[in-house]
Amino acid sequence: MSGDVRVPGHDEAIAPTLRRLRSRPRWLAGLYAGNARAVIGRGFRVIRAQNWGVIATGFFEPVFYLLAMGLGMGQLVGELPGPDGRPIPYAMFIAPALLATSAMNGAIYDSVNNVFFKLRYAKLYEGMLATSLGPMDVALGEIFMALFRGLLYSIGFLGVITVMGLVTSWWALAMIPVALLIALGFASIGMAVTSFITGFQQLDLVPVVLLPMFLCSATLYPITVYPEAVQWFVKALPLWHGVELMRQLSVGVFTSMTGVHVAYFLVMSVIGIAVASLRLRRLFLR
Amino acid sequence: MTEPIVSDHGLDHFALAARTRRFGAVQFLDYRLRAERPFLITFLTTALGNPLLYLAAMGLGLGAVVQRPVGGVPYLLFVAPGLLISTVVTTAANWGTWPIFSGFKWEKTYFSAGASPLGARQLVLGETLGMVVRLLLQGLIFWLIGLAFGAWGSPASVLAVPIGIVAGLAMFTPLMAYSATLESEGLQFNFITRLIVMPMFLFAGTFFPLEAMPVYLRWIGWVSPMWHGTQLSRVASFGLDVPGWLIGVHVAFLVGCAAAGLWCADRTFARRLVK
Amino acid sequence: MPVIEARDLTKAYGDFLAVDHISFEVAPGESFGLLGPNGAGKSTTMRMISGSTLRSSGELSVLAMDPERRGPEVRAHLGIIPQADNLDEELRTRDNLIVYGRYFGLPLSYLRPKADELLEFAQLTDKAGEKVQALSGGMKRRLTIARGLVNEPKMLLLDEPTTGLDPQARHILWDRLFRLKEQGVTLVVTTHFMDEAEQLCDRLIVIDHGQIVAEGSPSALIRQYSTREVVEVRFGSERNAAMEPELRRLCDRLEVLPDRILLYADDGEALLEAINNRNLAPVTQLVRRSSLEDVFLRLTGRSLID
Repeated sequence: MSGDVRVPGHDEAIAPTLRRLRSRPRWLAGLYAGNARAVIGRGFRVIRAQNWGVIATGFFEPVFYLLAMGLGMGQLVGELPGPDGRPIPYAMFIAPALLATSAMNGAIYDSVNNVFFKLRYAKLYEGMLATSLGPMDVALGEIFMALFRGLLYSIGFLGVITVMGLVTSWWALAMIPVALLIALGFASIGMAVTSFITGFQQLDLVPVVLLPMFLCSATLYPITVYPEAVQWFVKALPLWHGVELMRQLSVGVFTSMTGVHVAYFLVMSVIGIAVASLRLRRLFLR
Repeated sequence: MTEPIVSDHGLDHFALAARTRRFGAVQFLDYRLRAERPFLITFLTTALGNPLLYLAAMGLGLGAVVQRPVGGVPYLLFVAPGLLISTVVTTAANWGTWPIFSGFKWEKTYFSAGASPLGARQLVLGETLGMVVRLLLQGLIFWLIGLAFGAWGSPASVLAVPIGIVAGLAMFTPLMAYSATLESEGLQFNFITRLIVMPMFLFAGTFFPLEAMPVYLRWIGWVSPMWHGTQLSRVASFGLDVPGWLIGVHVAFLVGCAAAGLWCADRTFARRLVK
Repeated sequence: MPVIEARDLTKAYGDFLAVDHISFEVAPGESFGLLGPNGAGKSTTMRMISGSTLRSSGELSVLAMDPERRGPEVRAHLGIIPQADNLDEELRTRDNLIVYGRYFGLPLSYLRPKADELLEFAQLTDKAGEKVQALSGGMKRRLTIARGLVNEPKMLLLDEPTTGLDPQARHILWDRLFRLKEQGVTLVVTTHFMDEAEQLCDRLIVIDHGQIVAEGSPSALIRQYSTREVVEVRFGSERNAAMEPELRRLCDRLEVLPDRILLYADDGEALLEAINNRNLAPVTQLVRRSSLEDVFLRLTGRSLID
């Protein structure tokens, strides 16, 4: 047999696909089809069909922490020094920290547990990568969806703490984009980490990292309770920068550290995205 | 001594069935412990890590900003019994949901065991014994680490370990009964962890006395095994001032929940196995 | 020009060679089979063809492109039907087809009528709004197959396409595949069913332990590696092995399997008569045509399904 065999309907059907593929950068040819929007479209279809209760429970978690700790512990603790040194009520002290923590938890859960489950058990990505999508379309689409969920939660939480009178500055509106920045940093690192995971038992290690980070990153009490050496260790952790930045925004007080906090997450996101991109083949094309 | 099972004619199946009826729960416990052995490292990591972390962060860290005594003692002493109880009860809640459901749905352990002479009652008791073993280990490790932190008020604080077992069972057995009725993985467990266990951990008097809460939120403590177990452990550890009748209520609540859960689980397991 | 060209294609997982230096070509419009037992390396080969597994070494060109470097382009032309259904369980039946088409970048104006046409083909029109979880195994399989046709593929990669289908559904699928072949679609099929390979494939390679052990059309392979007919006799589990020397005198080649003995001959009836004349009294006896199963047994000394 020689020459090309024409399959009726084939050329017409995939013409738009090939047109799009021609317009993407050549160096990404094996990884990217310029069609992450199809993955995002799938995500919205799932959300639309999903039980809204599940989405709501994710919102309740930080609110419960805030109510319990703010009301109950607030009675025992009273006031703590705020970002500018002036004392603020305990609930006001922890609220921004809880927003930062919830951004971290949501991003890691979406980029590690969720991605691994879809990869290994639901075989979702196997189906996606049987089409003209590339691994990078899948990764970008999934990170976008994680950020979208993070956006919903942070808007909700900011609404709650505003109603409770726990923010005192218009700067608090910037807590939403900052929550997304924190989520992007953790999601990109999380996706890179997932490429090293081989079995679901290793997922047990996720809370082993996140829980201590939550408890010790000056979320529930000031960093000054630690000895100096421990303070330096905590200051190296990403969540501490997120917590401090959120706290400053909630009252509109900034210091020379503000830029450092923002820079920390920008650098973390760039590194995370770079490593995740390098690991994409390992993650999806085993 | 029981009658011999292996005779000249091979296995005596009647003797085998009789023995299973009597000791089936232990036979199933044997299975459960073997199945968990690969996860021993994970179990020990969490059993060691949780107390270290919580006692350090909440007992010492949070304690540093609580200036006055709580319940008549320093904050570390006040919070330690609560942390022990809430840790073991959370473990028990986790074991009462996904693993039980999986035994019917994915791994189908209960159906394969149910095809042997083991019946629903032996499976329920076997799982409960397995839970007791884990709670005992976890509680003991927590208590020993608490000793190193100086978090206990008296030697009687070791009673927190058995109290933790009963409180854990009060959570585990009702959930086990419920999980056995679920046909498909829905959102129920999601709701249980996020809307029952999590609020219990936060609101049920672990970190602060229930009285620090507005009256309309205190019921969360009243209906939760965590609060009853925590109060009992505080009495044991540093002699928290609780009237005798209330101690009776705490004990009755925990034992009642555990027993009612067992009774229900026996029924739901039986119904699921013969369906 | 071949649509697939593989040279020394190899996939290693650590020390284990799942695919071990295999070379083959597939011509346009051809129906090409990979036959072998589970774990022989068929699926891995398929995944390398579509660029969803990276090869360890060797060369591979699909539609004149390297699937590793231009995966999206290669897959734009392919319809892939995986061994295990990987439908999107979070979406409903019809949405599975539409969303899958969106992954190809196909416009909704094309996909809406296409989805209805494919639902019709898969006999799932009345299940369009159902959750995928609620479908039976056979329905899921049909939906997976329909999904693989959403982009009017030029080449279909079918990994064990009829596993789990009932006999009637298998024949319907084979009929549909014949029609696609008539339209010029290239078919690449892996299977461990001999009848499927004989029905579907113009040409096939037999794979074992990641290596090609034979290549040719089904009939040529049978001619080359087996006789025209096979006599199957059973003497009961105790006596099978003991009968072997006696039977050897009657025929050149035989295979003693745990439950039966296979005797290879061009005239089966004559051989069976000879056995009965000697009063060997088999418990059961059967004369049949040679199949690819016999070819595989000859080539590897093992049965295909074990």
